[in-house]
Amino acid sequence: MDPPKLLVQGVTKTYRDGRRSLEALAPIDLAIATGEFVSIIGPSGCGKSTLFNMIAGVEKASSGVIAIDGNAEEARAGKSGYMPQQPLLLPWRTIEENVMLGLDIRHTPRKQAQQEAYELLKRFGLADFAQDYPATLSGGMRQRIALLRTVLFNHDFLLLDEPFGALDALTRLSSQVWLLDLWQEYHASVLFITHDVREAILLSDRIYVFSARPGRVLRIVEVDLPRPRQPVQLAWAQSIQLEQELVTLLLKEQKA
Amino acid sequence: MKLRGIAGFGPAFVLAVGLLAFWELYVRSSQISPAVLPTPTGIVQALIDNWDVISVHTLQTLLETVLGMAAATLLGLLLAALLDISSWTRRAIYPLLVTSQTIPMIALAPLLLIWFGFDLGPKVLVVTLYCFFPIAVACADGLASADPELMKLLRSMRASRWQALWLVRLPGAMPSFFSGLRIAATYSVTGAIFGEYVGGFQGLGIYMETAANSHVIVLVFAAILVTAVLSLLLFGLVSLIERIALPWYHSTARRIG
Repeated sequence: MDPPKLLVQGVTKTYRDGRRSLEALAPIDLAIATGEFVSIIGPSGCGKSTLFNMIAGVEKASSGVIAIDGNAEEARAGKSGYMPQQPLLLPWRTIEENVMLGLDIRHTPRKQAQQEAYELLKRFGLADFAQDYPATLSGGMRQRIALLRTVLFNHDFLLLDEPFGALDALTRLSSQVWLLDLWQEYHASVLFITHDVREAILLSDRIYVFSARPGRVLRIVEVDLPRPRQPVQLAWAQSIQLEQELVTLLLKEQKA
Repeated sequence: MKLRGIAGFGPAFVLAVGLLAFWELYVRSSQISPAVLPTPTGIVQALIDNWDVISVHTLQTLLETVLGMAAATLLGLLLAALLDISSWTRRAIYPLLVTSQTIPMIALAPLLLIWFGFDLGPKVLVVTLYCFFPIAVACADGLASADPELMKLLRSMRASRWQALWLVRLPGAMPSFFSGLRIAATYSVTGAIFGEYVGGFQGLGIYMETAANSHVIVLVFAAILVTAVLSLLLFGLVSLIERIALPWYHSTARRIG
């Protein structure tokens, strides 16, 4: 059997500031099989983003094992497509140049990088904006561009940190459907952070519910809705029941 | 720019014309001799009449200014790079840099004359010393202001230090760099004139001094007028280069503004 795309075992994080220390994450166990869409949901400040940073290789874990493709030894930077909450597009680069940022860092020849970026924009309906600057785009568009930049850098394994958190409800819904399309196209393995219970249900195969700080896994929920998913499935009885269950659980944590 | 940009200068233009008209009428209607306080029209007339002499001095000052600005830009960028190497170099260099600006130029300029003579060199040096500081500080601050989240994203992509500098931090620092350059441009002409004033053979500073010593006040004003126009032109030139070099910045600023 292939190793899981991501395996997290007993990972903790404690920040030290002089004498004081802050426990951000209690030991976390988590796994994503290849091609799986897994979400983490939890109250603010529960260490979700910290876990992401550690998986992306930009922060060190205080203890525990993180393995991508069964490899726990090598540096993890560059092995995932990491997308932070803000789109962080570079204002002096055109949309196309923004999308190809990751290829520039890998020293891909410019012609080839441009072509790949353009193909991707075309495939996902954004080719008209290729030569525009980010300042001319709406928030939802910028978020999609940032997602394509992430995908062009690494489409096997995506780490998405609340990518649609700042969008209005309708733009968010269309972006979610768009993301599902993209995920199916690449058979990507996805780890997705969100605050939004309905978003987690619509997108995920499995949901990890985190507790308030120090973050630990409260519950693991499998989402049994058939694929391909449609927003209308959120109105099904089983979805509504799951939503209520998760909201109740999270509200209890929020108070604590 | 275009029409809307020009219209933006409307209020300043109206105010300037109003003040000049007041000045003109005041001198004409009062008992003040034009030899003591010339009228604006008299100044322009004197400038036209003496242009053959003034233009030679103007060219000299312009040459010193441009050379000094070029040297200041190089020095400013070099210092910004040094400040940026590590927090250690920043802590070491920054206080010295600020202290250097507390040395009064009026004390330093005569020394430069003694050390380097009466030629072009010391004047260019005075301009450089006036102008490098805003460039260095603005550029260093621009480099340091890169979004930490963006740096994190680059690290997740395994970008090297150089790639982070070249792809993100340097382009991101360009607007700050041009702000520093604009401030430097406004100082530069005055710096050159000050350098000449202390000692030299040619330039607007010398011309002003000679005119003042011979009590031809209208020519002092004519030289001041040329100085102001020269400074504004340099400022405009820097802004123009910025517009051409950073098209994205101005399209963004328009949208926000």
